Amino acid sequence: MSAIDQEPTAGTSTPDSESLEEVWGDTPGIAGFLTSVDHKRIGVRYLVTAVVFLFVGGIEAMLMRAQLASPNGTVLGPDTYNKVMTMHGTTMILLFNTPIFAGFGNYLIPLMLGTRDMAFPRLNALSYWVFLLSGAFMYASFLTGQIPNGGWFAYTPLTASEYIPGSNMDFWAIGITFLGISTTVGAINFIVTIFRMRAPGMSFNKLPLFVWGILTMSFMILFAVPSLSVAGSLLELDRAFGMHFYDPTHGGSALLYQHLFWIWGHPEVYIVFIPATGIASMVIQTFSRRSIAAYHLVVVALVTTAFISFGLWVHHMFATGLPFLVASFFSAASVLIAIPSGVQIFAWIMTMSRAKKISFEPPMLFAIGFIVVFVIGGMTGVMVAVVPFDLQVTDSYFVVAHFHYVLIGGSVFPIFAGLHYWYPKVAGRLYNRRAAIVGFWLMFIGVNLTFFPQHFLGLMGMPRRVYTYQQGLGWDSLNLLSTIGAYVLALGFVTSVGNLVVARFRGPRAPANPWGADTLEWATSSPPPAYNFAGFPVVSTLHPLWDTAPGQDLTEITELDGEDLTVSHEHHQVLLTSVLDANRVDVASMPHPSYWPFVVGLMMLLISVAVLVESWTFGLVAVGVLSVALIAWHAEVEEET
Amino acid sequence: MAARMAQGDRGRFSALRSATAPLVAVAVAIAVAPACSGNHHILSPEGKQAKSIALIAWFMFISAGAVTLLVFAALLHGMFRRHRTTRRGEPRRFVVGEQTWIIAGGVALPLVFIGILTAMSLHGLPSEAKPDAVAITVVGHQYWWEVQYPGLGVTTAEEIHVPVGRDVDVTLLSDDVIHSFWVPDLAGKIDMIPGQTNHLTLHADKAGTYRGQCAEFCGLQHANMIFFVVADEPSTFDAWVRSESGAAPAPAPGTPAADGAIAFQELPCASCHTIKGTAANGTAGPDLTHFANRSTIGAGTVPNTPGYLGGWIADAQSTKPGSLMPPIPMRPDQLNALLAYLGTLK
Repeated sequence: MSAIDQEPTAGTSTPDSESLEEVWGDTPGIAGFLTSVDHKRIGVRYLVTAVVFLFVGGIEAMLMRAQLASPNGTVLGPDTYNKVMTMHGTTMILLFNTPIFAGFGNYLIPLMLGTRDMAFPRLNALSYWVFLLSGAFMYASFLTGQIPNGGWFAYTPLTASEYIPGSNMDFWAIGITFLGISTTVGAINFIVTIFRMRAPGMSFNKLPLFVWGILTMSFMILFAVPSLSVAGSLLELDRAFGMHFYDPTHGGSALLYQHLFWIWGHPEVYIVFIPATGIASMVIQTFSRRSIAAYHLVVVALVTTAFISFGLWVHHMFATGLPFLVASFFSAASVLIAIPSGVQIFAWIMTMSRAKKISFEPPMLFAIGFIVVFVIGGMTGVMVAVVPFDLQVTDSYFVVAHFHYVLIGGSVFPIFAGLHYWYPKVAGRLYNRRAAIVGFWLMFIGVNLTFFPQHFLGLMGMPRRVYTYQQGLGWDSLNLLSTIGAYVLALGFVTSVGNLVVARFRGPRAPANPWGADTLEWATSSPPPAYNFAGFPVVSTLHPLWDTAPGQDLTEITELDGEDLTVSHEHHQVLLTSVLDANRVDVASMPHPSYWPFVVGLMMLLISVAVLVESWTFGLVAVGVLSVALIAWHAEVEEET
Repeated sequence: MAARMAQGDRGRFSALRSATAPLVAVAVAIAVAPACSGNHHILSPEGKQAKSIALIAWFMFISAGAVTLLVFAALLHGMFRRHRTTRRGEPRRFVVGEQTWIIAGGVALPLVFIGILTAMSLHGLPSEAKPDAVAITVVGHQYWWEVQYPGLGVTTAEEIHVPVGRDVDVTLLSDDVIHSFWVPDLAGKIDMIPGQTNHLTLHADKAGTYRGQCAEFCGLQHANMIFFVVADEPSTFDAWVRSESGAAPAPAPGTPAADGAIAFQELPCASCHTIKGTAANGTAGPDLTHFANRSTIGAGTVPNTPGYLGGWIADAQSTKPGSLMPPIPMRPDQLNALLAYLGTLK
């Protein structure tokens, strides 16, 4: 993206939709598929890929629950169980839960901001390709049979080559480091887009809460993900190059790994929670037909949660024998997070409480289900932050129950609220309301039936990550109940997603704003055209569509606070606005579709493969092509401006 | 669309309520369930630290349950209680503002809850062992527990005998990967980390056998890394120490056990296992000097009976795939002799 100083020309010259479609649309066919930089196409790819990984991770969960349904189960052997367990965690956290917010963000952020694309469209394409290819890289381990098996947390020294000599954990360590590139460039893209491309008038106090959620998430990613990349890289250096970062027999430290992993791992919980609360806020507002209660408090709560979340990682390590003074500090910080979470929950409750009318449409049901499940997970979260109690329940099924309540309640339910809320916008179709409601109830009952019994299993001494258990410990019936619940939950996922897939082909056409919502994405058609908006909308409130007189077109406003906003934008351009108040400053030309992001992603994959098979010539060739591709990518952009 | 939404309201109302009710019932059940305790349960503690933790746990379950119910009540109220207008048709005025409610529910309520919790949590922290404590070193191995009594000359595995009513200072080490030492009835868990020395104080108030299990994922057989803490009355404990610290009894000549003692030295057994009083001094596997006194084989995997033992010696991998004990080819008569010999190791 490059800004050009251009004096606004007098008089609006809005190009007609045909010429806009021509400049912004992709070429048809495979070429268009590989070169597209359209944030909507990339967003949909992210969403679809992430949901596919949700089902893959779900099948792994089903296998585990089948094995644990009865004592001395024989469905999976210990080796297969450990592989499935490792890939379930890795897939759900890294390949489903984190990237799906990049999907929502990519699709929605430019629309909510009233602009035409992300700030760096090609970087955006790259971040998707890297996500897809790193996921494919990790799953390629299934072809070799050397599937990661050291747990999704990959604690050393178990994951050192001495104990797991195959390339199982190399797939994992290289894969997560590779994937970190996707998450990081995606976060930078969101931050720049949100800082500089908001509609004129959309100052920070008029920013939709979902945008706040993505912005906060992006900053967290920037500070948290490097730690995971370092953890993974050092692990691979230990494994492939015989270094000793984590090797206590040569002066390394096994705990160093745990610190690095959890410095990412704890904020990660909030990286998938904060944007989810953004979705919940949007949905609750729309279906309560009113502005969220105490918008400012909610924003402060989001940002506070992000800050506190960086000071909690040691609560995953209370049992490692740290001095208890240190543990107490992290314990206090951990329980503090209940306050911003409490503020958000009561803001949602008050929003509903003082609403004139609430519509319990499917997205709203998921949002309310989220509050219920998340509150339970939050309560056990406060409990496990208490050091002595944690020493009993950590690494037991109590913790498994706790974090599934938090993650499914706090993140997956809002994700499904979001999928059902924006589906008509994205697909341009309406889904079957009844099937969506059935899907919700199956998921709601399933999650409680699966995970509530696991609290008791933990209290009864059942440790995590066991592939089997003996008879006569009192664990049998609770495990069976949990397995039944898991299959109900799975049925819920199939019903919900199946309903959306069917609607894609059979659903009736969706109007532009089926829910009567307030934000800019609903101002354009469903699905939106390649260029999003024919003109640039101007906003003066938090709820542009609610506060606009009927029939008024937001893109035809030419004046804001006495400032003339008319601008010529017949080219492939977007508006750039100032960081704080979003006053229009200038326009910028956007890059066109390109093969280079795909080539760069592919070369990164080849570099990962080279590290895996330890073929340095192969690696050097890939680095060479990568460098050429990066130069070509940027040279082309120069030409266009 | 709006009309359809309005129609849906009432039906959803009752449906939601009926689903929340069982949830609440289960939440209450959490407080009742531990009363009928099974094998082990952190809420039916028999050890000093476990007892103070159980007290904190009860307090937390009850107060968290109360807070949860309060939040759910507020949620249900928010969802279904509509204050449209007053009787005279004017828009209703609220005495307490939204922000006040949010701060009361979101800041004040959790602050009180977590404030009390933080104060309580200082209580259950692990304490240093008293000077008269029995010192025990437990070393974690993939996938078994080596147990040493440094001052008492005892080395054993999987079963840790402790005297009732006395502190036991357990030094926790690992020989390979990270394990975690957890006896739910007696105390919270502490990890065993290679390159690091951790300590845990056990204190059993009542004689009995308490099951423990590895709580940190340590590889293929993490699930079958079980141990037992046997709390004995002091006199029984002293007798146990006297018996265990001695060498293994030599089998009477001419018996099958004597043949077994020879087979043990001839076969690869002795290179991994120690039997005090014989030439066998391997340290890769558990010390077998008083093996017949132990109740399980393979760290709690199967009971210590001749049938299971025979299967274990012939091919441990079929009982516990991934354990470090390799299949050992031997003649049937050697196997029978070994079984006889191991049965005498009291």
